[in-house]
Amino acid sequence: MSEDRVLLAHGDGGQLMAELIESVFVSRLGTGVPPGDDAALLEASGRLVFTTDAFVVDPIFFPGGDIGKLAVCGTVNDLAAAGARPVALSASFILEEGLPISDLERIVASMAEAGREAEVQVICGDTKVVPRGSADRVYISTSGVGSVPDGVMVSGAGARPGDVVLISGPVGDHGLAVLSRREGLEFDSEIVSDCAPLGGVVQALLGAVPEVHVLRDPTRGGLATALNEIARQSQVGIEVVETAVPVRKATAAACELLGLDQLYAANEGKMIVIVPDSAAETALSALRSHPRGTEAVVIGRVLDASDGRVVLKTVLGAHRILDRHVGEQLPRIC
Amino acid sequence: MTNLDELRDPALLSRLSQQLRSMAAPPATLMEVCGTHTVAIARHGLRECLPDGVRLISGPGCPVCVTPQDQIDLFIALGGLEGVTLATFGDMVRVPGTETSLEQARAEGADVLVVYSPMDAVEAASRRPEEQVVFFGIGFETTAPAVALAILEAQRRGLENFSVLCAHKLIPPAMMALLQSEVPVDGFICPGHVSVIIGSEVYEPVAERGKACVVAGFEPADVLAAVRMLVLQVKDGRSEVELEYTRAVRPEGNRKAQGLLRQVFRVSDASWRGLGTIPASGYELGEEFEEFDATRRLDVEPPESREPEGCRCGDVLRGAIEPPECPLFGKSCTPRKPVGSCMVSSEGTCQAHYRYRSQEVER
Repeated sequence: MSEDRVLLAHGDGGQLMAELIESVFVSRLGTGVPPGDDAALLEASGRLVFTTDAFVVDPIFFPGGDIGKLAVCGTVNDLAAAGARPVALSASFILEEGLPISDLERIVASMAEAGREAEVQVICGDTKVVPRGSADRVYISTSGVGSVPDGVMVSGAGARPGDVVLISGPVGDHGLAVLSRREGLEFDSEIVSDCAPLGGVVQALLGAVPEVHVLRDPTRGGLATALNEIARQSQVGIEVVETAVPVRKATAAACELLGLDQLYAANEGKMIVIVPDSAAETALSALRSHPRGTEAVVIGRVLDASDGRVVLKTVLGAHRILDRHVGEQLPRIC
Repeated sequence: MTNLDELRDPALLSRLSQQLRSMAAPPATLMEVCGTHTVAIARHGLRECLPDGVRLISGPGCPVCVTPQDQIDLFIALGGLEGVTLATFGDMVRVPGTETSLEQARAEGADVLVVYSPMDAVEAASRRPEEQVVFFGIGFETTAPAVALAILEAQRRGLENFSVLCAHKLIPPAMMALLQSEVPVDGFICPGHVSVIIGSEVYEPVAERGKACVVAGFEPADVLAAVRMLVLQVKDGRSEVELEYTRAVRPEGNRKAQGLLRQVFRVSDASWRGLGTIPASGYELGEEFEEFDATRRLDVEPPESREPEGCRCGDVLRGAIEPPECPLFGKSCTPRKPVGSCMVSSEGTCQAHYRYRSQEVER
């Protein structure tokens, strides 16, 4: 075992660690922290948002992304869902002794690439190494600060009766891509995670429709769970039209095979958008004009009901409750 | 194969559902005996499309649910033995046994693998030669062939550390047993996947007892069509076996799979949750494969089993009550904190009723 793998000594604060930080992290991500300092300086004003997330996805590489890309997109998208432009990210790594350095390099490179699209940098971080068996290869935790443009008031509590519900593209791809790879399932066409930063498409939307009421990225628990959170927060009902919800064929087929419901499967590059009825058309064209929203569609509307329930109009035209997710059906999806 | 897109055409579905709803129908109680049908009916809101007087009830169609408490307790007890790894389908993990569940046992240190296929359990046994890997063989004629293949593969590889706790059940004997219960059923939506293996002819004895039988697929269009065919039979006073799921089921079934089942298993009496012991309604391992029987391979004391207090899963599985009639339903028993197996399994009648409950909505 030579130095092409992570050693416990890489986490001891000494020479090896300094080399690892320089050769793997700084060379790819750049650095915001002046050498020797422990904190990065941020210059920002106005309304700021701050979010954090941990990533333990298994496998660490999957079709359409890896844990690094996910760690950047997940946090950037939480900022985007607040209507914010990202200002800066931090990243902490827990590495298992023995992780190939080349895997780490690949992960960090894809973080840098996702950061470029999202127009944000990782400006501070930390690395710890734990003995083999104490963690599974690599866990990443990222935090992000974002700045909310003037006039934007986006909140999960903002849905109003009569509003229109849109989704920026097909649902369930991330969950099924990760699960299929993990279980070694193969389909005619590979399911690719939708993992992508959504700051750009959200800013395009807010530019056209500043009065957007709700933005929410439906990650764990999928579309159904996110809509339930919104309905509860806003104290409204929401009706979703089943036939209007876009799902890719391969994803739908995988769901059928595994007995899963695509409406509960995780997304990492989709945004639920709720706007006043009068702005729905403009919002739709703004979403579709951006590469990350070309497949955006209207999927439902907000009902005048205070019970916080989400109902699904099924393919048969019947109505039933679309409940929150129950149980931990799919661990380590993000 | 029919193109699934055609079956899912919204115009076709709307026509079929209106056609069904507007039928002049006699009062009829129809039972589905397959968990996938239970879910399809609830998930698509099919009950809203029924003509007046027609009722759909669920029978013993969920493999996890019909597995009796003592077999679940026995499986959990096997996991308590030194050096034993349990392998099971995921739905079984949360089912409460008498004292504990696999989920709790796992949290307390038992080695529990969730697998999608019995072959995964064979692979696990190959990878862990020092462990005894026990697979919980539950399910109907649909899953039994895959378990048979896994056992044959284990035999081929000479694995001495793979075994099966065999709790497989057969659907036609359960349907015959239901005819003697207190539940008045006019017709059966016969299972699709099970019938791919066993064919449709096997339901003739049920039809001869005056019950309409239609073998149905799982698309909403399939179930709508099957219900219509059943209602027409009841209306005309006919009781026949009809095949709706023609794109997958042949009257004689899949002879190769049937051969496999005969090779590995032998038919035995089996105990069902809610239905008690039904003669010749399950499988045990055939003589040649007895070494793969977990109860012979491993020495375990069968624990004392009790049904959860107040739980009426047994009545639900017989179709004697509908889930909301159970006093625990939606109160102390929910998918988040299930008391009975029918609320745990994704194919369970109670979970389907709870998860996809209907709702009056202003249009």
